[in-house]
Amino acid sequence: MSFVSVFNELPLANLAQLARDATTVDVERALARSGHRSLSDFAALLSPAAAPFLEAMARESHALTVQHFGKAMRLFAPVYLSNECVNNCQYCGFSRDNPVLRTTLAVEQVMAEARHLVVEGFRNILLVAGEHPKFVSNGYLRDCVAALHTAGVPSISIEVGPLETEDYRPVVAAGCEGLVVYQETYNREVYREMHTAGPKKDFNWRLETAERGYAAGFRRLGIGALIGLGKWREEAIAVAAHAEYLLKKCWRAQLTVSLPRLRPAAGEFEPRHPMSDREMAQFVCALRLTFPHVGIVLSTRESPRLRDGLIPLGVTLMSAGSHTEPGGYTGAGSEKLHRTEHGKIVEVPAVPSEGEHCCATEQFVIADMRSAAEVAAKLRALGYEPVWKDWDPALSEKTPS
Amino acid sequence: MSENSSNLQIAGREFRSRLLLGTGKFASNELMRDAIAASGSEIVTVALRRADLSGQHDRFANILDFIDAKRVQLLPNTSGAMNADEAVRLAKLARAAGLGNWVKLEIHPDPHYLLPDPIETLKAAEVLVKEGFIVLPYINADPVLAKRLEDAGCATVMPLGSPIGSARGVETRAQIEIIIAQAGIPVVVDAGLGAPSHAAEAMELGADAVLINTAIAVAADPIRMARAFKAAVEAGRDAYEIGLAPRSREAQPTSPLTGFLER
Ligand code: SF4
Repeated sequence: MSFVSVFNELPLANLAQLARDATTVDVERALARSGHRSLSDFAALLSPAAAPFLEAMARESHALTVQHFGKAMRLFAPVYLSNECVNNCQYCGFSRDNPVLRTTLAVEQVMAEARHLVVEGFRNILLVAGEHPKFVSNGYLRDCVAALHTAGVPSISIEVGPLETEDYRPVVAAGCEGLVVYQETYNREVYREMHTAGPKKDFNWRLETAERGYAAGFRRLGIGALIGLGKWREEAIAVAAHAEYLLKKCWRAQLTVSLPRLRPAAGEFEPRHPMSDREMAQFVCALRLTFPHVGIVLSTRESPRLRDGLIPLGVTLMSAGSHTEPGGYTGAGSEKLHRTEHGKIVEVPAVPSEGEHCCATEQFVIADMRSAAEVAAKLRALGYEPVWKDWDPALSEKTPS
Repeated sequence: MSENSSNLQIAGREFRSRLLLGTGKFASNELMRDAIAASGSEIVTVALRRADLSGQHDRFANILDFIDAKRVQLLPNTSGAMNADEAVRLAKLARAAGLGNWVKLEIHPDPHYLLPDPIETLKAAEVLVKEGFIVLPYINADPVLAKRLEDAGCATVMPLGSPIGSARGVETRAQIEIIIAQAGIPVVVDAGLGAPSHAAEAMELGADAVLINTAIAVAADPIRMARAFKAAVEAGRDAYEIGLAPRSREAQPTSPLTGFLER
């Protein structure tokens, strides 16, 4: 049995209704709960009726986070390997329907990007790529992971198109310990609308990815929903249900949850159900109150003001100084740049003409442009130790095959 | 007449302080260093996964630079290890990196509650002891496991008072009492002690030492809190060595069971 059958049985409609119509009494009951909070409690904490309790929620959320994670913030950075993609997610700059500049980094170029980040302090790197079996195979991922270890990166995760358990194994064996896959939206109808072509069309296959990764030996699992596609409270409840399931089924894996909000990208997709900053804070607190030990991730999609404000509320893992295009840190990969128009490759002139980009197109526009050093300094000023290294490869070292 | 409480002895070394300190969760390495000083602790544990083991002096993983290994016994811990193999590998790597042969053996396959795996811990302890390590295993408060680890040659056992970071105090009191009663090696109560009174309670029970991390690291003033724990540990130890008065001393007006002897 996988999460798909659990998900199909979930009383999502009831929980969603609670998240809309909870009363003050429901919220107070959820807040007063000592011990384990249920999905119903979570729904009540997300409700408009809980909004006036935000400060109280924030206080408990802060205390729980400090208790379990300390006054420390783990930092990571993404390295985009490729923006080739066979899917056409409507909200994504890399969609195959978008006529954008594309490239795939060679392993040495990935190393160059990683070395740049290592100098900045990062010891935890997330490898990101579009879904394209030809350009981003598991053999390529394995080689990137192995190379990064030699470049002084102890901790490596991937966020790429979902694979079979067997296909993950070589990547894990090379020393990759984290797997990140967002469902994007847990609403089947919206999902169908957003993903009309490519392997990503298969909702269930994606929903089972974290479990397949766990079976392959990943020790950290990241899940999340892209906020803005479906109604955010419903997405939040589904993510929480997924988290609850994974905590039981994949009990040896450290679980992290992300709440990325849609950002402007090529394709000009507009969020249908925006979530305000206040609601985002409420979401973070509700998550922490329900799952005291789960990691909460915050990327540079959000503004410095909001990021700084959310630090004490429950966030445990942040990216900083990020680029969301392949070669973004060093300019690597620009020699192979090409444009795809309706799936056809159009060569790009070696010397960019005026107004023409010189590097690959980014996935989305980031909002926090501060450098890693600036973010680290801000963390210290807020009373948090920036933690760069929290993993040693000796832990996950596999016997050479 | 006044005497100082006795020293703690582990693996042939003597320590005046019976307070061990964990170094995670501090708001800065500087604060951690000052809290160690204020606590008077002479045994300090560091998560190896946070430290630089490459020997390249990584300034982004320099937690060890803030611990004076000449003044305190460094106790590297294997936190993050999910099984015996990983813990053994990490311990050996630390020794090779010059961090000595003391190791706090922590194996918790569940990364959320961080509860120790008894089976893997025993396996790893057997290997590490044979390899010449001084092994201080973190365990659930399981008296039989404690004896098995003692038989395997461990230097101490470190049963938990309650889950890591829970601040619930000595919830495993009944089992800890048995472990202390049966132990031929020092018993260090580790984890879950959220207040100085918890530490004092463990010491009054006869624990040889306690290990504190979260309660000091995340306190609003870690330095003062370190001092508070120091005082509590000393008070608890003194009370234990002196011997507490029995709890119930109300005079019994009659002797229903032994009265017949008076007749
Ligand atoms: S979200 Fe991923 S799969 Fe979808 S178009 Fe973008 S890169 Fe491709």
